[in-house]
Amino acid sequence: MGESFLARLNRGLARARAGLGERLANLLQGHPAVDDEFFDDLEELLIQSDLGMNLSATLVDELRAYAKKERRASGEEITRRLESRLTELLDGQSHALQLAPQGVSVILLAGVNGSGKTTTAGKLAWRFTQAGRRVIMCAADTFRAAAIDQLVIWGERVGAQVVHHQEGADPAAVVFDAVSAALARKADVLIVDTAGRLHTKSNLMQELAKVTRVIGKGIPGAPHETLLVVDATTGMNGLEQARIFQEATGVTGLVLTKLDGTARGGIVVTISHSLHIPVKLIGVGEQVDDLQDFDAGAFVSAILRPH
Amino acid sequence: MFESLTEKLQQAFQKLRGKGKLTAADVDVALREVRLALLEADVNYKVVRDFVARIREQAVGEEVMQSLTPAQQVIKIVHTELIHLLGDRPVTLSFAPNPPTIILLAGLQGSGKTTTAAKLAKLYKQRGHSPLLVAADVYRPAARKQLQILGDQIGVAVYTEEGQDAPGITARAVGEARRSGHDLVIVDTAGRLHVDEELMAELERMKNAVHPHAILLVVDAMTGQDAVNLATAFHDRVGVAGIILTKLDSDARGGAALSLRAVTGRPVMFVGTGEKLDGLEPFYPDRMASRLLGMGDILTLIDRAQARVSAEKAAEMERKLRQAQLTLDDFLDQLEQVRSMGPLGDILSMLPGMNKLGLKNLEVDERSLAHVEAIVRSMTREERQNPAIIDASRRRRIARGSGTSVQDVNRLLKQYEETRKLLRQFAAKGARGRGFKLPF
Repeated sequence: MGESFLARLNRGLARARAGLGERLANLLQGHPAVDDEFFDDLEELLIQSDLGMNLSATLVDELRAYAKKERRASGEEITRRLESRLTELLDGQSHALQLAPQGVSVILLAGVNGSGKTTTAGKLAWRFTQAGRRVIMCAADTFRAAAIDQLVIWGERVGAQVVHHQEGADPAAVVFDAVSAALARKADVLIVDTAGRLHTKSNLMQELAKVTRVIGKGIPGAPHETLLVVDATTGMNGLEQARIFQEATGVTGLVLTKLDGTARGGIVVTISHSLHIPVKLIGVGEQVDDLQDFDAGAFVSAILRPH
Repeated sequence: MFESLTEKLQQAFQKLRGKGKLTAADVDVALREVRLALLEADVNYKVVRDFVARIREQAVGEEVMQSLTPAQQVIKIVHTELIHLLGDRPVTLSFAPNPPTIILLAGLQGSGKTTTAAKLAKLYKQRGHSPLLVAADVYRPAARKQLQILGDQIGVAVYTEEGQDAPGITARAVGEARRSGHDLVIVDTAGRLHVDEELMAELERMKNAVHPHAILLVVDAMTGQDAVNLATAFHDRVGVAGIILTKLDSDARGGAALSLRAVTGRPVMFVGTGEKLDGLEPFYPDRMASRLLGMGDILTLIDRAQARVSAEKAAEMERKLRQAQLTLDDFLDQLEQVRSMGPLGDILSMLPGMNKLGLKNLEVDERSLAHVEAIVRSMTREERQNPAIIDASRRRRIARGSGTSVQDVNRLLKQYEETRKLLRQFAAKGARGRGFKLPF
């Protein structure tokens, strides 16, 4: 799966490679000299990948110190060191989805508006139905017009049942029904799609916390995964999003969507590093099977060596 | 919006303000902070580099150094350059001499095109136009239904067809608009990545099918460094007339607004705030720049108030606020007016000096306002005019009447008292010429 991820990601990134990656590659090949320009280029590459000013500067300072100590270090060695540092920052915890040892596993999807929750719900359901699991999806986005229809269409497409109420219904009530249905129908996986909400709206964050409590009451230990869906184009605001969603519901993992564009999604490095939330899945396309497991090493290579 | 950048720039300028005269080194120190702040605000790397260079060129000039208040001059230069970078003057849609005017909304998946289409239709309907919405997102499941529901909510007709022929649907929609006399056609297109050759070609075909008067790019305010890539790609391919920045009610610093204009040369025309369908406002570069520098966005607030509050009521209220004579009736009245202006958190963030007053993290729960209303409505007229007479037995009655608890009533009375105190402080500060003073 790592191979295929890398291939796909690189196909996306290759189209945007023109600037930085190429310059870095040229630097590595043509000019083995490790000078100020080399480090400035590295810093620029990291910032342009949305790692943020602070983390980028810290990492590059570390590398400068290393280069000073190891006077003979080549650009290639330094890049490899950066690669391993970034992988380290991303790799603290398990990237595998946590499921219930027995009974229903509940996966809750949350995030800001337009990050790709409903599409991720559909793709995730597909992954489980393909593996022969019985999947129920819960349409807890009762706010956005036609969000319920969107999930119902996904349900038909991937062979999963969808529990829903009317638009404008109380999300906690829909979730309560979905939990009961999952238990009664002996489902293996319950995927809950919630409404997009900006983390700055405290009443909506409380609503999300309530949804989580309702799930926990129906199935002790659930939700087994609370995944924050983050758009790869997200800038520095992603950190604040993750922090506030984590406070409200205890986020257990990230889904990084829309990685098939030119955005590199570097904000997840900052989120993983600052809040210790692992990336679990990545979305790399429009097809139903374009949701893949996260591989830190491959992800870092794609940022630093876009070829 | 933009609060964090404001704070950072203020910190950077604090150091400038502390000194009487400036050296080139001083300017450099401040500009390093400006650069950091802008990068953390998601302004594109290259845009920041150019911006800082331009400021340095102007600030380290002799004229500035020899002036009496160099710090103020540097701030002024940064302010002016920010306005310049944001586009100098507000730009809005121009209508075609021969109707209908055709507007096409394009952008990445999830940037907010469908919601924005409805908001735009509502805005122009209010201005006396007759818009037709076109549901041309033929890929996302239920996208067409979403637009239909929104159209129903605002009373605007929606043209839609089954099938995958987006250019054909758009062309037939324009024909329909001509027949039924709509003067504005707003086309909601499918979200597409700027590197998706197939979908970009489709967008091109839609353009060629109807020759829209303007293609507007819809961009999420939370977008990071990639904003520049996507805007350039869309602009190169189909020609973008303007930009709509959405989700500006997040706490994203929104640096994308700065870079988009800089790299495409196209103006930001509107900003989207909130999920309600009247949350679309024109984009004012000068106001935004003032806001970036912590001067508050009092102009937007005045605009909103004027649109929704009668002049006499406002004058009456201002008198009461100044004298800190606020009865519970006024409190209720004010709540209703303020609510009609938008989310409270938004409004507070526009007031100058709010950050300094420690009200930055003031959370306003809109739902609790409904409780407040119920409680006040359960009071007698006498009680509202003179809350001091509300004793324990009256409190119990009010709680029963409003379906709340005595604790809730107590809390409200306490809040009311605190608000009065705060107003008295403001009034006092105002009298001494401080408080709401602008930072310059």
